[in-house]
Amino acid sequence: MTTLAEPRHTAPASEPPKVRVRRQWDKKLHWIATHSVGIAMGVIFMLPILFVFLTAVMSSDQALSSNFWPKEWHFENFIEVFEKAPLLQYFGNSILYSTLATFGALVSAIPAAYALSKLKFRGQNLFFMLTMAAMMLPPQVTVVPLYDLWVRLGFTGTLVPLIVPYFFFDAFSIFLLRQFFLTIPKDYLEAAKIDGCNEFQAMVKVLIPMAKPGIAATAMFCFLFTWNDYFGPLLYTGETRDSWPLSLAIASFRGMHHVEWNLTMAATALIMLPVIVLFVFAQKSFVKGITFTGVKG
Amino acid sequence: MTSTLDSRAVASPSASTRTRKGNAARRRRTVFYFIAPAMLGFLIFFGYPLIATVYYSFTRYDLINAPEFVGFDNYIRMFTSEALVGTAAYNTLWLVIVLTFCRVVFSLGVASIISRLKSGVGLVRTLCYLPSLAPPAAATLAFVFLFNPEYGPVNAFLRMVGVDGGLWFNDPAMSKPALTLLVMWGSGELMIIILAALLDVPQEQYEAAELDGAGPVRRFWHVTLPSISPVLLFGVVNSMIFALQFFTQAIVAGSAAAGAADVAGNTRFIGAPQNSTLTYPVWLYVQGFRYFNMGYAAAMAVLLFIVSAGFTWILVRQLRKTQHQEEGG
Repeated sequence: MTTLAEPRHTAPASEPPKVRVRRQWDKKLHWIATHSVGIAMGVIFMLPILFVFLTAVMSSDQALSSNFWPKEWHFENFIEVFEKAPLLQYFGNSILYSTLATFGALVSAIPAAYALSKLKFRGQNLFFMLTMAAMMLPPQVTVVPLYDLWVRLGFTGTLVPLIVPYFFFDAFSIFLLRQFFLTIPKDYLEAAKIDGCNEFQAMVKVLIPMAKPGIAATAMFCFLFTWNDYFGPLLYTGETRDSWPLSLAIASFRGMHHVEWNLTMAATALIMLPVIVLFVFAQKSFVKGITFTGVKG
Repeated sequence: MTSTLDSRAVASPSASTRTRKGNAARRRRTVFYFIAPAMLGFLIFFGYPLIATVYYSFTRYDLINAPEFVGFDNYIRMFTSEALVGTAAYNTLWLVIVLTFCRVVFSLGVASIISRLKSGVGLVRTLCYLPSLAPPAAATLAFVFLFNPEYGPVNAFLRMVGVDGGLWFNDPAMSKPALTLLVMWGSGELMIIILAALLDVPQEQYEAAELDGAGPVRRFWHVTLPSISPVLLFGVVNSMIFALQFFTQAIVAGSAAAGAADVAGNTRFIGAPQNSTLTYPVWLYVQGFRYFNMGYAAAMAVLLFIVSAGFTWILVRQLRKTQHQEEGG
């Protein structure tokens, strides 16, 4: 290392002072250039969201003009959307779907992930491969028999077909939790078992408290996925307005008011808001969770 | 637990084998309790439907009357007489190629800019990542508005700089590129994964390359790319799988741009304009759950399964390979 670094120290000293000054200037310019590109990039990424919020507070006439900035601020648009459509009910459906599914996913996935990461059994590899395959399978592949199944059971038109599977098997949660659990040393669990815990107690008393950040990240991803889900609700509740979650409702909200872009954007802003709030509070877990889903596991 | 440990320590060999056998049985039972619900769920929600889809693909079935066996009719229809399935397959293939390319290259570009920042990394990363959290239906509506030919801010801005903006979501030739822009805007997850890989590249390698006189381009080709190639491959296959199941954005954009977004209970505007946003999964949905050609939809599903299984296999193999490398190293 020292030999490698040597030429760098000697080279500038032998240069005439003018060149050195230019080097420093180059460095500064480079810094300014990369940072302005970075800032510009961040701003561009935010622009669509900004326009959603700006359009949401415009009058309906102005939303149909090409003005960027609202002339008057109609914050009452956010109240009007609740009057024009039963948004509260849709919101409630979304909350119901997301919380129950997330709860179910954690209850079912924690033991499965524990078995995959901390126990040894025949077929373990196979089970893990099947989980990964299920995670990547397009949902449309299995949809015909599943829809048929839920029709026979009489649950189409409700959110039940969307929630129940999470209480048994959610491939993504199992996968992500396994990745997290693998980072927790086995020694702690062994120690607990020597102290007289069985596997279940070791999981509840030792692993779960230690894996809290991972469990939180998994819960957030699950919440987010179900909150954003569109295909599932369209399939099972498309004909039943009363069961619609927000994701399905906002797209049709627009249909009821053809050109009222301001109200559509107000509704769009309202569905984005919880996600943004969730992210602001739990940014670190998100980032950690994403890198875990990648090749870093 | 402690008692078995003690007994194993002092008891005779025969007794110890007996307890070991008992232990093995108990361990098996424990494992069973831990994975039984997940196994059951997998069998009900993946195993059964996968097999049943193959069965339904050989039948005519409308949910009301019993399935009627028709042999390969659905498959023959799919490959010969039915025109729109070809359009749908083309649209999805377009997305698999173009969308994958744009998503990976764009994410790599953004990630490498972020990785070069000395300060404010967290803030810029947050701003670039945040859009990927937006619900797809909402993000699509927002983009259809942003890219509205008459009053959308994008075309208004383009007019300001003297460029004619185009019809975007209302033009069959522009609708898929517009959808690609929407996806690029929301590819924050891939950016973060690539960024993490970029920051993991040992700094000494760059310094060594710089001393050898390698410029930024050569450093990128010879140092950066080789060390992040597993992550890029992950990004490529992941994007392909994403493009294969592209549904929500396509169906919402199509009907929203056509002016009537009450997607539920309305098939008139699906795929608008001129079927340019009719992706394979959208057509499968329409066939199965609007026209109730469940047998035909099942045949489409089987084909989708075969293609996506191929991609999945590549990805799973890659994931396992990198994992083994990390465990070994």
